[in-house]
Amino acid sequence: MYRWLLCFRYLRTRYIALASIISVTLGVATLIVVNSVMAGFSSEMHERLHGLASDILIECHLSQGMPNPEGHLQEIMKVCGDQIAGHSASVHVPAMLGIDFNGQLITRHVNLVGLDPESYDLVSHFGRYLLHPDNQKRVSFDLREDGYAPDREHFPQAGWNYRRAWTAYEAALAEERERMQTLESTPGAASDSAGPSFGMVAPSELVDAGEGDVAKEFDPSREQYPGIILGIATCSSRFRDADDQVRDHFYCRPGNDVRLMFPNASDNAKVVNQRFTVVDMYESGMSEYDSTFAFCRLDQMQDFRGMIDPETGVRSVTTIQLKLVEGADLNAVRDLLRKRFPADVFAYNIQTWRDMQGPLLAAVRLETTILNILLFLIIAVAGFGILATFFMIVVEKTRDIGTLKALGASGRGVMSIFLSYGLLLGFVGSGAGLIGGLLFVRHINEVASVIESITGQEVFDPTVYYFNEIPTIIAPFTLAWVMAGAMTIAVLASVLPAIRAARMNPVKALRFE
Amino acid sequence: MKSDFVLQARGLVKSYHKNRIEVPVLRGVNLDVPTGVVTALVGRSGSGKSTLMHLLATLDHPDAGQVLYRGERIDNASRSRRDIYRNRDIGIIFQFYHLLPELTAIENVLTPMMIGRSVWSYFRNRNEARRRAEAMLDRVGLLHRATHKPCEMSGGEMQRAAIARALMTDPSILLADEPTGNLDTETGLDILKLLTELNQDDGLTILMITHDDSIAEGADHCLRMHDGHLELHHATLQVA
Repeated sequence: MYRWLLCFRYLRTRYIALASIISVTLGVATLIVVNSVMAGFSSEMHERLHGLASDILIECHLSQGMPNPEGHLQEIMKVCGDQIAGHSASVHVPAMLGIDFNGQLITRHVNLVGLDPESYDLVSHFGRYLLHPDNQKRVSFDLREDGYAPDREHFPQAGWNYRRAWTAYEAALAEERERMQTLESTPGAASDSAGPSFGMVAPSELVDAGEGDVAKEFDPSREQYPGIILGIATCSSRFRDADDQVRDHFYCRPGNDVRLMFPNASDNAKVVNQRFTVVDMYESGMSEYDSTFAFCRLDQMQDFRGMIDPETGVRSVTTIQLKLVEGADLNAVRDLLRKRFPADVFAYNIQTWRDMQGPLLAAVRLETTILNILLFLIIAVAGFGILATFFMIVVEKTRDIGTLKALGASGRGVMSIFLSYGLLLGFVGSGAGLIGGLLFVRHINEVASVIESITGQEVFDPTVYYFNEIPTIIAPFTLAWVMAGAMTIAVLASVLPAIRAARMNPVKALRFE
Repeated sequence: MKSDFVLQARGLVKSYHKNRIEVPVLRGVNLDVPTGVVTALVGRSGSGKSTLMHLLATLDHPDAGQVLYRGERIDNASRSRRDIYRNRDIGIIFQFYHLLPELTAIENVLTPMMIGRSVWSYFRNRNEARRRAEAMLDRVGLLHRATHKPCEMSGGEMQRAAIARALMTDPSILLADEPTGNLDTETGLDILKLLTELNQDDGLTILMITHDDSIAEGADHCLRMHDGHLELHHATLQVA
């Protein structure tokens, strides 16, 4: 009884001890903040990564892809049909994207995906990352009239409206250029060499070079090429404007035409050079995806690449995506499929989405673990602070310890005073840390903006992270073990001083002045 | 008869070591403290009277000899027995009062009760304990100071609180180590008067250590500590 009374009194009267637990408080608060942010970050990342990829991906590395995808699917259904909730086939091919920018060509490397708009959304969250609200509901490779990215500030005008205006402008520009050319060139044969002297390749010339007489009938103000959805970072760059606001500059936008070059499916591969009309953009927030992917329709892709068996008319694909039922064991299904399609017979790569993102997920996990270890070391340092403070308090309380022993307190009783005191300090310290940490997490975005306004440094750079806000998740289990760990350290730190107090000779203690 | 004596010492030997030199303090002390009287122990400072008291209170171990409480050998009893002995069978007051500075007077008085009982049994009987503590404070004339901390009290008041604390568990004997040593003469006399009253009214056995001959004169029984031995100085009462 007396031990609790005494340690509560000590807590109220020894402010120096409270100072020693500030580091516990800070350590606990930091741990909570770090864990919440890391959890929020990794869960956001999990969700996005999983949203981008299907549960299981069967990739064929052959240029022609896997023949007879229907037959493959039947085999897959035979092996693990009860686990599969959805499937989709697609063609993945490396490609070069060419964007006409002020008459010059920008080239980017992209992974061109030919997908089936109907089934692709079943296996991954493809649609929800598109800019146009209607495309988010139902993916279409036809250019929309208008209304792209309504919640995005500074998004340029796009769609058919823009395409018509742009075509009219290009036409007027071409006309003007022709007029200038005729004015400048002296009447004669020099007109042919005057064109290239501009140093630019006009889009109409590009079309001419590519499709020849097909383009002559093509009216860009009313017609579109096959639709393509570009990853947003393949055709834009992020920068800061004069007001230090993050802005995107788009090299092309829905309504513009771009050019893609990719190999066809023959063994003696040739480059297919194909024009597409950008119909939407894809923004997942994962820069790896946003900067490398472009999507078009599966059937068009198969046509362009010649992936149709001329005899049977069966179309081949390179990739089959599977979505599993809720709660299915990804690895078990993957292993079943690997057994059915052994790697030494089939050039297939069968992976779960976790396998594909393994290094990234592992890196985040490792980072979290290391941060936790480091921060617990901080609390351990705080433990040594408590140890030193407690030794001083034991010395200061020597006479009281003698008195208590003279009144019949046992060594164990005296020891328990200081152990309880340590526990109480740990509780108060980690409790304050808990409250502080939770408040910090709740207002983390405000805190970040305050820090930004003071230091002028962006704490959470959206040009890097693609999140507008810092994501956080508070896991009760994490809170519990952080609290328990901090209190354990506080109690452990008070063990040595408590033993010293318990062993104190009462006669010497009573004489102590 | 053994039961006539609350506390007895037989051939107590104790020496301290200072820089490897053995300094004998007690060289075979025999002591009988009779029940119901005030026994004074006088001696110059350094004569070993405090050491003797620590041995009697089992705060220290004798090198040789025995301490007997009502005929029971206590100096080599188990640790828990000695804790109970200090908690219930004897009460101790000190020259420097030794109140716990964080606690109020009444909490200080309650401390022995809290030490002696488990949390649960203390909580069950806390009202009774509180009443007893108030009665003790009232007995020493300090009830009006019950909620004051030691730092807000005078020396005399602190010593009264210490006496109330020592009497809380109704001990058989009160060991008083220079109870007036740190007080002015008048306050010291008040404390002595209180102790005498406790002895006369309640029949409390008191063993008082002092260096002041005039105080010792007032005791029923006076022993002088000299050169590590104890000599009978005077005895008002004849003890068998």
